[in-house]
Amino acid sequence: MPTIYIDNKPFDVKTGKNLLEACLSLGLDLPYFCWHPAMGSIGACRQCAVKVFKDEEDTRGRIVMSCMEGVKDGLRVSINDETAKAFRSQVVEWLMTNHPHDCPVCDEGGSCHLQDMTVMTGHNYRRYEFKKRTYTNQYLGPLINHEMNRCIQCYRCVRFYKDYAGGKDLNVFSAHNHVYFGREKEGILQSPYSGNLAEVCPTGVFTDKTLKEHYTRKWDLTNAPSVCQHCSLGCNVIAGERYGQLRNIVNRYNGEVNGYFLCDKGRFGYEFVNSENRITQPLIRNQTIEATTHDKLIQHVGKLVSGHTLIGIGSPRASLESNYALLELVGKENFYQGIPDDLAYVEQKIVDVLQSGAIHTPSLKEIEQADAVLILGEDIWNTASVMALAVRQSVMKTAANHTTEQIPLPSWHDMAIKELVQETKGFLANMTVLPSQLDEIAATSMRAAPDDLARLGFAIAHILNPSLPEVPDAGEMINTQATIISKALQQAKHPVIITGTSCWSNALIRAAFDIAAALNGGLAFVLPECNSLGLAMMRAPSFDKAAAHVQQTTNTTAIILENDLYRCIPAIEADAFFSRCKNIIVLDTLHNRTTERAHVLIPAATFAEADGTFVNNEARAQRSSQVFMPANKVIRESFKWLSDIKALQTTAGNGHERHPDDLLLALENRFPQFAGINKVAPPHNFRIHGARIPRESHRYSGRTAITANMAVSEPKPLQDDDSSLSYTMEGYRGLPPAPLIPFFWSPGWNSGQSVNKYQQEVGGMLKGGDPGIRLFEQTTTLPTFYRDVPEAFVPRPDRWMLLPQYHLFGSGELSVYTAGIASLSSGPYISLSKQDAERSHVKDGDMVSVKTDGKTYTFPLSIQESLPDGIVLLPAGLRGMDALSWGSWVNISTEIV
Amino acid sequence: MISHLRTMWLVFIHIFHKKVTIEYPEERAPLAARWRGRIVLTKDPDGGERCVGCYLCAAACPVDCIALQATEDEDGRRYPAFFRINFSRCIFCGYCEEACPTYAIQLIPDFEMGEYKRQDLVYEKEDLLIDSQGKYPGYNFYNVAGMDAGVKAKGKGSNEEEPVDIKSLLP
Ligand code: SF4
Ligand code: SF4
Ligand code: SF4
Ligand code: SF4
Ligand code: FES
Repeated sequence: MPTIYIDNKPFDVKTGKNLLEACLSLGLDLPYFCWHPAMGSIGACRQCAVKVFKDEEDTRGRIVMSCMEGVKDGLRVSINDETAKAFRSQVVEWLMTNHPHDCPVCDEGGSCHLQDMTVMTGHNYRRYEFKKRTYTNQYLGPLINHEMNRCIQCYRCVRFYKDYAGGKDLNVFSAHNHVYFGREKEGILQSPYSGNLAEVCPTGVFTDKTLKEHYTRKWDLTNAPSVCQHCSLGCNVIAGERYGQLRNIVNRYNGEVNGYFLCDKGRFGYEFVNSENRITQPLIRNQTIEATTHDKLIQHVGKLVSGHTLIGIGSPRASLESNYALLELVGKENFYQGIPDDLAYVEQKIVDVLQSGAIHTPSLKEIEQADAVLILGEDIWNTASVMALAVRQSVMKTAANHTTEQIPLPSWHDMAIKELVQETKGFLANMTVLPSQLDEIAATSMRAAPDDLARLGFAIAHILNPSLPEVPDAGEMINTQATIISKALQQAKHPVIITGTSCWSNALIRAAFDIAAALNGGLAFVLPECNSLGLAMMRAPSFDKAAAHVQQTTNTTAIILENDLYRCIPAIEADAFFSRCKNIIVLDTLHNRTTERAHVLIPAATFAEADGTFVNNEARAQRSSQVFMPANKVIRESFKWLSDIKALQTTAGNGHERHPDDLLLALENRFPQFAGINKVAPPHNFRIHGARIPRESHRYSGRTAITANMAVSEPKPLQDDDSSLSYTMEGYRGLPPAPLIPFFWSPGWNSGQSVNKYQQEVGGMLKGGDPGIRLFEQTTTLPTFYRDVPEAFVPRPDRWMLLPQYHLFGSGELSVYTAGIASLSSGPYISLSKQDAERSHVKDGDMVSVKTDGKTYTFPLSIQESLPDGIVLLPAGLRGMDALSWGSWVNISTEIV
Repeated sequence: MISHLRTMWLVFIHIFHKKVTIEYPEERAPLAARWRGRIVLTKDPDGGERCVGCYLCAAACPVDCIALQATEDEDGRRYPAFFRINFSRCIFCGYCEEACPTYAIQLIPDFEMGEYKRQDLVYEKEDLLIDSQGKYPGYNFYNVAGMDAGVKAKGKGSNEEEPVDIKSLLP
């Protein structure tokens, strides 16, 4: 560990870091713009200047850019040196010569890195008397706003957008002091990571357009640490509320999960919380006045649950607490998963694999560090967006690491490394049904039906471990690919295999397991929803079993928890199920086709109004905290409603409310696979020096005016009994435990870049460890290989295999409530391969019908060049679309009506 | 005893002093323009609302008695959708006026705000907004800001160059 002297004080720092990182990691303040912890240094902005001295005798020293200077033992630096300080303040003053007088109307204000750095360097009054340069702006789509005058030419935006995230449509134009950051033509930014520009850009050039709709300054938000609800990765987010509405989502750093970045679905898909379509009133249907109160509802439900056969349908998007509360209410044997049998089967296999302890499942961070990645059948571009970003990093970093092995260059030296690496890439094999943007960086890719992809997987496993069965009649394509891939995987030190549920194929999971086990590499899964794995771990039977159950009984009361069955169960089956139920009780947040069937409808809290624990794709349990209490008192967490109903049964009438911790403890006592989950966050009575952790900043405004229009006397602050976060500005102002960080702020660091102060070292884990409890770790268990290789996929005459195509924007149930995301969603279509279309004499855009599940769906044809023959694709989960029997064989008719 | 007599004498001679009290409300004391009384929201020279909904006054307020919500019109010009001051809390410190970058919020020499019901001391934007520029005539924030919010086009503000032609490489 080198020792460096900063202003004559010795500090031990980590090798391989640059001076800027070292100083920030030590908690010292040093201004910077162009350096970014995830993107390294380019030395462009000249803001991070410090003075370096030759030795103890040297008094003159020389100014260097700290971000471009590696640390070495005995290095003598001065941050506070007068010339270095003057240099830094002049740099900011130059940057400000053209900066507009915009702060009051700039959405960055109050969380602006440029403001922070200007204050830090001490520049305050404008001396420059000449005119300011101006630029025109561009329309960049419904999610990101552009105000180019505010640019300070740090190049972070394009470095993120192009280099880091692989986007193509954001660029630098013009020259000298006229450089312009934007698109060639106005238009929607194409990258699904464009929202990160709002955080990466240190100024207000790129800002969140959805926030603009109901603009609130950072200091006025009530924040809580939350977990993204829109896919199984469980990225950590900070959600902010004002005036009873969710106002924005920003990234919450978690070194093991999302790091510094989110996808646009996660960042912007929050508007459902504010939707007009929310259920706001408990309803008892079929009586003259349907709206009712909490007490009457509980009374009524009490009648429905006693003396009837009770079944509970759980939900992959509800928290573990709510699912467990339902399980407790209805009894374990009457609790079902609320997902179709095929999917439940695939997910069960995943749980088996993880629980066996035979393999390691990598976190997103570990995927970034992998040196060879095989994607087997999962369209991660659409189903696990930030994982696709991690895979991209793995490909880029592997190439960089190979280069720096030959020519020693520190890993932060971004430009130099990029120059050396040029187009070289690490190994990625993207083996999927449909092409995706990942193919561009893939060393090899292949399009095939799920079964053929699984056969490829088994062929690879056979090469890696010849004791595994050979794939019969593998064919040339599979053999060549298997040879290439197995070779690359064998050479890798940290290979990762990625697969998932989106093909609804069990064979893929088995094949991926065999490869990972043969290699002793990482195996990552992608599941459909934010708590799919948590629900699957409860090992309850599928919806189909529930449907069979109600067939045999006549007086069933079904309780359906936050689950629109019509989104995953074909309508005909769902209808049949509902018509057999005597009483249907539905708890949900938004009106949907399932809530229409409810006899009793109970308004449930969304993630922002609830505490809840979610298990992500790597079996990491993560706590999402309540951001705000809904003013409408009947909107409550599902587990609260269910506990109230449960309390009716136990006449002992235990009046005390159960906290999420209690439910988790009960869960872990009941199911050993959840062992340790109770430690996911500090308990509800946790205090630091007797104080709670405030959700509001110390400069939260309007406390005595917000509700003054209704009653001039201020109400008592809301009391949160379920967590140690408070609804006030008072409380402990130091560093909270990592799972309870409501927002990132530090004196002098108002923007999100203050996260530096919360990390053990810059870009490392949060102080006290990254949040989340991994429920399964690899043990010494030997793998039990699967040996059942599926038959090759053979197209059938006049029959097509029906498969889902997921869309990042559009397939999500909740995210499409954000108007911007809905506008980016595709319309319904039917996809056939080129040959199949030719054979059926249809062209792009012709109307084609698919017959399945007792219905005919007619949509325009969209020909997919590289789709394997014999497969028909329909978009999955679009709003209003029925769920289909994915994986079944269907008829297609092409007669134009 | 002497002290009592002295006190009575001193009080007595006040009869012959000039009166400092006035017959309020018939008669009113002259108040300086900078007197810090009732708060108003002023208008721009173009008649638009001056407040741009920046929240700085609310943040500066030591008793947190200002709450507002910013919104914007089709040109991108910001204004408060609602603007509320709870005068039963306001201490007339003037910090809001000092913080305001647009001269929108101003304290004026009016203190006659007594009410029978405390609730009536909650003023909404309709109660605060006046049809005048107040103490700072002629100032329009958008003329000095960089944004084009329908007040001036890019490059037309004071101290601004014409927008850069990004297709040109000339200096
Ligand atoms: S980018 Fe920052 S400094 Fe510039 S106008 Fe916006 S808030 Fe102010
Ligand atoms: S737009 Fe933002 S990120 Fe890009 S160069 Fe300008 S200031 Fe930097
Ligand atoms: S990748 Fe998934 S969890 Fe992460 S932000 Fe996007 S939708 Fe949310
Ligand atoms: S400080 Fe001025 S411009 Fe800003 S919100 Fe208050 S009154 Fe409006
Ligand atoms: S941060 Fe070092 S030069 Fe920009």
